Amino acid sequence: MNTHLHSFSGFKRRSFLQSSAALGLLGLAGCATTSIPSKAKVVVIGGGYGGATAAKYVRLLSDNKIDVVLIEPEAAFISCPISNLVLSGGKQIGDLTTSYAGLSRNYGITVVKDYASAIDTTKKAVTLAGGATIAYDKLVVSPGVELMFGSIEGLKDANASGQVLQAWKAGAETVALRRQLEAMPDGGVYAITIPEAPYRCPPGPYERASVIAGYFKAAKPRSKVLILDANPDVTSKGPLFKKVWAEQYKGIVEYRGQHKATAVDAKAGIIKFDVQDDVKANVLNVLPAMRAGTIAVQAGLNNQANNRWCGVNYLTFESTAAKDVHVLGDSIQVAPAMPKSGHMANNHGKVAAAAIVAQLSGWDVNPAPMLTNTCYSFVDNKSVIHVASVHEYVVAEKTFKAVPGSGGVSTGPTELEGVYALNWASNIWADTLA
Amino acid sequence: MRTSRLAMLRQSTKLRCIALPLLCLALCPMAQAQSAGTKEALYVKSLAASCANCHGTNGKAVDGSSVPSLAGLDKGYIVAKMKAFKDYKPGDQPAVTVMHQISKGFNDAQVESLAGYFAAQKK
Repeated sequence: MNTHLHSFSGFKRRSFLQSSAALGLLGLAGCATTSIPSKAKVVVIGGGYGGATAAKYVRLLSDNKIDVVLIEPEAAFISCPISNLVLSGGKQIGDLTTSYAGLSRNYGITVVKDYASAIDTTKKAVTLAGGATIAYDKLVVSPGVELMFGSIEGLKDANASGQVLQAWKAGAETVALRRQLEAMPDGGVYAITIPEAPYRCPPGPYERASVIAGYFKAAKPRSKVLILDANPDVTSKGPLFKKVWAEQYKGIVEYRGQHKATAVDAKAGIIKFDVQDDVKANVLNVLPAMRAGTIAVQAGLNNQANNRWCGVNYLTFESTAAKDVHVLGDSIQVAPAMPKSGHMANNHGKVAAAAIVAQLSGWDVNPAPMLTNTCYSFVDNKSVIHVASVHEYVVAEKTFKAVPGSGGVSTGPTELEGVYALNWASNIWADTLA
Repeated sequence: MRTSRLAMLRQSTKLRCIALPLLCLALCPMAQAQSAGTKEALYVKSLAASCANCHGTNGKAVDGSSVPSLAGLDKGYIVAKMKAFKDYKPGDQPAVTVMHQISKGFNDAQVESLAGYFAAQKK
């Protein structure tokens, strides 16, 4: 966001404001919200891939008959998918930024720029940090993940001071990590630690390591990328990534499994592990374990996997902890083979929206919902590999399962898939927000 | 004379009895997809929404997209294309990147329903 404003810094303030208005940029959607309704049929918490899609599709599938309020603290949507290309220098953060104005302009959604600070599932009302309360008939909770900084000693302070970044939620940290990589001397080491699965975006850390290696290869070829994975092996597209590292980034990328980070010393540039030896690096990118987003935890929706994730009825995405509350995206306890991805969250949003429209119309919900997923990973600024899957609701098991015989991965990285990956991004951003 | 007129009437009634369900079979999926406010229309729309991530909301991709729009395409073309994707083998030309894997997730009835929905959307 800051970078976005910096890019306009040459403009006079007035012309900036005019151009912002003309482009329908950031923040203005929030300003346009003059009054917060005290009641809405559907309230959505979180304007990411899950929540924004659910908000839009409740309007779309109800022929605009059901009113929707979307609560989102950020001024604009910044996509996590494609954000690794900001680290490699292939994209600017502005390229991945989309205003929320389209949701209000095109679909009549009331976008409230605020935090949801509390949910009363008995009284069916959401309280905002600003003090207002909004009652709902149906609530959608899609807050993404909370990074558990406290799970790694020293990480909370190191992150707060800007020394050790996560950049797993795209935005200011993404830009700051790019600056650290640019400032790193040739011959330096960039180290990324990966928490045990499940975490947001299974192939994301390996994509990040690859595209940063691509940057090093071109700009500072004596440098190294060290992948320190708490998992025993690469958790997604393993053979494809390993082939790229062995062939394209030989001598640059080193992968080490079974490395669970337990502490960081930002000053000394050291990461400590539960069993393995300490690692020293110039740029530390430490990803801690993750759990359901803060508001979902505060509302007690995190009733699965040692209270890390939220249980849902997969037919409707209604919480198993609270009636008329639907949880989407990265916060949920996943079904078998279901990744925590933006594409999947977008699909959750559609199944939940259809279920909500059916329930509010007094109809049976769709007994056979479907989900698709396509995760593209860049291995450099141009070439891409993917994993794709289709998931059907299996009545007997009350869960989603991959359709037998469907889905698969690329045979290898291609520039053709690079083109499709960027087109995937343009289309899913429009499908979610425009 | 009288008998034969009666017979004709009977026959035409019988024909109508057969013709109407046939007509309905042919038109109903599309009619349902188009007429808002029924649960069947909702189910079809939400199924079609699982394509929208890549092909655009209601099958309308963004301008300049190399992933094609599906809105307004011929129904038979979409059905045939999905079958061709299912039959695709790696190495066949032109190269298919993901649709040979995605298409196998949808059965014939779903493909028929999706094709009818997208064919009925404005370009």
